[in-house]
Amino acid sequence: MAEPVRYIDRTRDYYLSQGYEKPYRWAHFDEVPFTPLTKPLSECRATLVSTSDVAVRGADGEGRDRSEEMLVGNAYSIPSDIPVERLFSRQEHYDKYATHLDDVNSYFPISRLKEKVAEGRLASLAPRCHGVYTSYSQRRTLEVDAPEVLRRCREDEVDIAILTPV
Amino acid sequence: MSLVARHLEENGIPTVMIATAKDIVEECGVARLLFVDFPLGNPCGVPFDEDMQSDILERALSLLETAEAPRTTVVAPYTWPEGEDWKKTIFTEEQPFLEGEAYDNWMAAKERYRKLKKEGKA
Repeated sequence: MAEPVRYIDRTRDYYLSQGYEKPYRWAHFDEVPFTPLTKPLSECRATLVSTSDVAVRGADGEGRDRSEEMLVGNAYSIPSDIPVERLFSRQEHYDKYATHLDDVNSYFPISRLKEKVAEGRLASLAPRCHGVYTSYSQRRTLEVDAPEVLRRCREDEVDIAILTPV
Repeated sequence: MSLVARHLEENGIPTVMIATAKDIVEECGVARLLFVDFPLGNPCGVPFDEDMQSDILERALSLLETAEAPRTTVVAPYTWPEGEDWKKTIFTEEQPFLEGEAYDNWMAAKERYRKLKKEGKA
């Protein structure tokens, strides 16, 4: 297996070649918080959080996006009981030469999660899953978006969160 | 996304991340990472391969059970079915990452951020 792509180096070189001189400063921390799992997964309520720009097609077929109505900062929610056929992604930041985003479950595995619940591996899926639009401002993510996702997780009595960046 | 993971962990919610950009996630540092060595866009498995997607999710769930300390990274045992050539061409001049409308959207977002920053709001 070839080595993983070094995106930090690769994007810095790429944007330098495009004439941008100031490289993006990726978030870096020495300390990493950790909460141990304290009960069996079969008793846990799970949610999904993603930066895949997943959105809901309108019931009227005109592409009205209900998720926007719940937008706070860059955080929004998707009702978990929505049929997967109505979900799609508007994400543009993916490797369009190698793949596509036509299968929601390849970046927002909501059907697979429902199967784990049906199998008893998880107790339940929270009533809402969440999206966060990628922001250039790390401060805004820390001060607005992350607390909003936490607030919604607490409201829904979430035990574990699965995060899928795209 | 790593910043959100960290915030949830700090506040008592265990998280697991399923991601394709290992270096970016590890630079920030998260509690648990399942690294899937696939192109940007499909961290949770090959499109329409339900068995693989189910297995990848199971590996993420197992990681929640087994990780004992932060920065635990597990590598999913999969390679991209069409080979590894995508690794050579991502973010190169031959294959611009964003083109046309996507590029314009990105520049507009960047401009909005610059403006907010100037006003001290970002």
